[in-house]
Amino acid sequence: MSSMNIASSAGSARSFIEIDSLEKTFHARGAGARGKGGFKAVDNVSLDIERNSIFGLVGESGCGKTTLSRAVLFLDPPTGGEIRIDGIDMRTLSASRLRTFRKRIQIVFQDPNSSLNPKMSIENSIKEGLNNIKYAAGEPERRAKLDNRVDELLALVGITPGHKTRFPHEFSGGQKQRIVIARALSVEPDFLILDEPVSNLDVSIQAQIINLLLELKEKLSLTYLFISHDLNLVSYLSDKIAVMYKGQIVESGNTERIMAEPVHPYTKKLFSAIPGVTRIDEEQELVFHVDEPGYSEGLPEGYCFYPSELAEGEAQASPQMLEINDGHSVACFEA
Amino acid sequence: MGFLLFILKRFVRLLATVLIISTIIFFVIRVIPGDPALVIAGIDASDEEIASVRAKLGTDKPIGVQYIEWLGDIVRLDFGDSMISGEPVRELIFERFPLTLSLALMGISLGILIAIPLGVVSAVRRWSAWDYFGMLFSQVGMAIPSFWLAILLLLIFAVRFPLFPLFGLGSFRHLVLPALSLGFVRAAVILRLTRASMVEELSKEYVITARAKGLTETMVKYKHALRNALIPVVTITGIQFGYMLGGAIIIEQVFSLPGLGRLFLYGIYQRDFTLVQGGVVFIAVVFSLVNFLVDVLYSVINPKIRIS
Amino acid sequence: MSDRVNDSKNSGASRGAGSTGGTVLKIENLHVSFGEGETRARAVRGIDLEIHRGELHALVGESGSGKTVTSTCVLGLLPTPPAIIEAGSIYYKGHDHEGDLLQFSEDKRRRTRGREIAMVFQEPGKYLNPALRVGEQIMEMLRLHLGFRGEAAEQRALEILETVGLGGNRRVLRSFPHELSGGMKQRVMIAIAICCNPSLLIADEPTTALDVTLQMQILKLIMQLRHKFDMGILFISHDLAVVHDIADRVSVIYAGKIVESGSRDEIFNSPQHPYTRLLLASVPDAAKRGKKLVTISGKVPDAEHFPTGCAFHPRCPLAEKRCADEQPPAEKLDGSRSASCFCLGKEWPA
Repeated sequence: MSSMNIASSAGSARSFIEIDSLEKTFHARGAGARGKGGFKAVDNVSLDIERNSIFGLVGESGCGKTTLSRAVLFLDPPTGGEIRIDGIDMRTLSASRLRTFRKRIQIVFQDPNSSLNPKMSIENSIKEGLNNIKYAAGEPERRAKLDNRVDELLALVGITPGHKTRFPHEFSGGQKQRIVIARALSVEPDFLILDEPVSNLDVSIQAQIINLLLELKEKLSLTYLFISHDLNLVSYLSDKIAVMYKGQIVESGNTERIMAEPVHPYTKKLFSAIPGVTRIDEEQELVFHVDEPGYSEGLPEGYCFYPSELAEGEAQASPQMLEINDGHSVACFEA
Repeated sequence: MGFLLFILKRFVRLLATVLIISTIIFFVIRVIPGDPALVIAGIDASDEEIASVRAKLGTDKPIGVQYIEWLGDIVRLDFGDSMISGEPVRELIFERFPLTLSLALMGISLGILIAIPLGVVSAVRRWSAWDYFGMLFSQVGMAIPSFWLAILLLLIFAVRFPLFPLFGLGSFRHLVLPALSLGFVRAAVILRLTRASMVEELSKEYVITARAKGLTETMVKYKHALRNALIPVVTITGIQFGYMLGGAIIIEQVFSLPGLGRLFLYGIYQRDFTLVQGGVVFIAVVFSLVNFLVDVLYSVINPKIRIS
Repeated sequence: MSDRVNDSKNSGASRGAGSTGGTVLKIENLHVSFGEGETRARAVRGIDLEIHRGELHALVGESGSGKTVTSTCVLGLLPTPPAIIEAGSIYYKGHDHEGDLLQFSEDKRRRTRGREIAMVFQEPGKYLNPALRVGEQIMEMLRLHLGFRGEAAEQRALEILETVGLGGNRRVLRSFPHELSGGMKQRVMIAIAICCNPSLLIADEPTTALDVTLQMQILKLIMQLRHKFDMGILFISHDLAVVHDIADRVSVIYAGKIVESGSRDEIFNSPQHPYTRLLLASVPDAAKRGKKLVTISGKVPDAEHFPTGCAFHPRCPLAEKRCADEQPPAEKLDGSRSASCFCLGKEWPA
């Protein structure tokens, strides 16, 4: 871990969120499972997220997207690497400061039903987050302030404040997701992790929520880490994209750039499968496996993906991120 | 391969359970007030007499030595000699065990025979007369104590209509009423579970697939749903079988059957310290063994378990 | 009968996309409701839909639009009660059966299920029986509908696995569903559906639970199979992007009625109904970067509270007074399309 500290002190222009060589290893219980070292769900992930930008994280189920988001939130603290927010290393914070600091990061999940307590009015759901932070003044004042704040938050996300005494089941899916967003905003975070926030919603409702998120980002200078399997959506709203595969980032860079010229074979495979672009050519042979060792198209001389010549043991070595263009990096091996 | 490993793991767990139980029994007996030697030797006994009884029991040795010897005895299933009759406890137990085992087996068989078909019919024809009958049956079955049912059965089927012998041992018919009283309560539990499990399985998506395949309703219900519904039933039935061994103590008393239950009950009355101690360990071992077999059986019928 | 799978394998494979045979399914004026009185929900309110052999017809709609009720009704698995089929007919023409499915006896309907009309569901993990081996789940169909016995059934099951891209692998036959990956499970589900060479396949969101790369493979497989087996496919989906990639024809369903129907190109290149137009405009993709997404105001109505008149009028920017009172009839437009709207061709507000 000490070597990482040296590396991190080098950079000068700091991003808002810096994730450096993050690792999360799960040690399987019971003998023999997944080898001795445990299972690396997140392996050597480094990301820089700029303030007031949207960073899209894509990858297929089980690639480690959710584990990464939980590690960033310190819900499941990472087992290696560091996370700096505004230059502050989260690991150096005391438990109580971490708790306060963590309020700056909020998360919105896919299913609003599981995020809202069905037995609590939405007003109380939102107040839960407010209660223990500010407004420590006298009772009546405090109450009025709280009420105002709830109204403000609801108005912000497009819910009529007059409906605040209602319960979650009285709202539609899209409205519930708005309420979840309002609650996340109640603690005045500057960084939101959005984990598939519209996947459970009807098509005609998705656009409403996406527009709302874009609006809020401008209004409140928020920064988003947007996690999704919907490549159309991510390519629409992200400034940058990182592609995750088996716990590692295989390619990252500006959205336009990556969309136009994906380099890593996995990225190519993923982007070639985006629905809604071209009609599927049914005459084309079905290809079931696209792991091509030694593939090196688009890489500078002397680098390769998935080196086929590496022996069994060496194959476990991690690839390095190589910057092939301004801000466009790809995971590869020095051949 | 995974299957063998699974069995091995469960077997190790079985051994660990037996070890823990026997350790607990060892210490509990030494912690509860009252020196067994005093009980055996009698109030009037001299210090020498008490000391000799202690020596015979081995309770004069350091506790660590006693514990090691105790474990060694259990491995050999040697529970010492009865303090009252002087016969080896092991032989006393093995003499009575076949009767209790056959009683429990008959009881559980009767229970299964009643409960599973009735539970399945209740689930398939929900809110029908069958279902109400099944629910009534299980309510009653769980509410009445088995000894009361035993007495009731005796009054009706042995006294009022003498179809079965009143008590004693001799033929298969002697076991019917005791097995019925034992099985009835267990049937109530198994029936509830069968019904609930079958109802749940029938609401699952694969049942829709089965219908979409054009299978007949019989196949949908009895080939697809029932197979899954019985998986939890097997476990519960196994556990019920274990309980039944305990339940036999009271039933054997009511029907005057010379089984394990009666043996242990007399042991308790007569303060037969070694007999009770041996009996508790024996029941614990049998119970663990039943659980082990249930686990193995469960893994055979539930393909998902074998992997994880 | 047992050779049919092979016959069609040889004959149908070379046909190009879009070519269609005779009608395999024709739904006319189907009305389905649930419950009575206050809580009566008119889930399906007069649906017309026609599917030809070798054609993939996508039925696109949001939750509660009635698309699943329609497909379940075609399959004959709608529980009545609570469902009431109030009116309509479902004409079917397959191998051995022809006529209005709603007039078939229960037993005859059962025999068409799986044999003539098959279904692939959304989550293969849930829709496969966890306690039965994959082979048995395929072979029971072959035995029941086609009279296969013993080794022959296993041989045929292997051939079908080959067809769906699982190789002629006996190990797959002997697996339990949980031993297979998500993509493999969906292939097994498809194998079960096509093993009796049905004339009509209903696919209800078959790839929604899958990752994108798998999704494409499964979609491609489904497209190929419709030619190979010369079957019509009713493809139920909420995902316009997916429908764009695979459909021959598209019907858009809203609040229990089909609001627009046409060929894939017609629907995607020049949608006519305001709902279709808005829906297409609201789907995010890379081409819309930097632009605000078009949204459809309000929420998706549920079947108990469908608005009067044109059900879309409360959310429609073009709505006039009569939209709230009268139901617009389906109007034949140029080409092969039709749409139900009083305001077709009206200027879009700024």
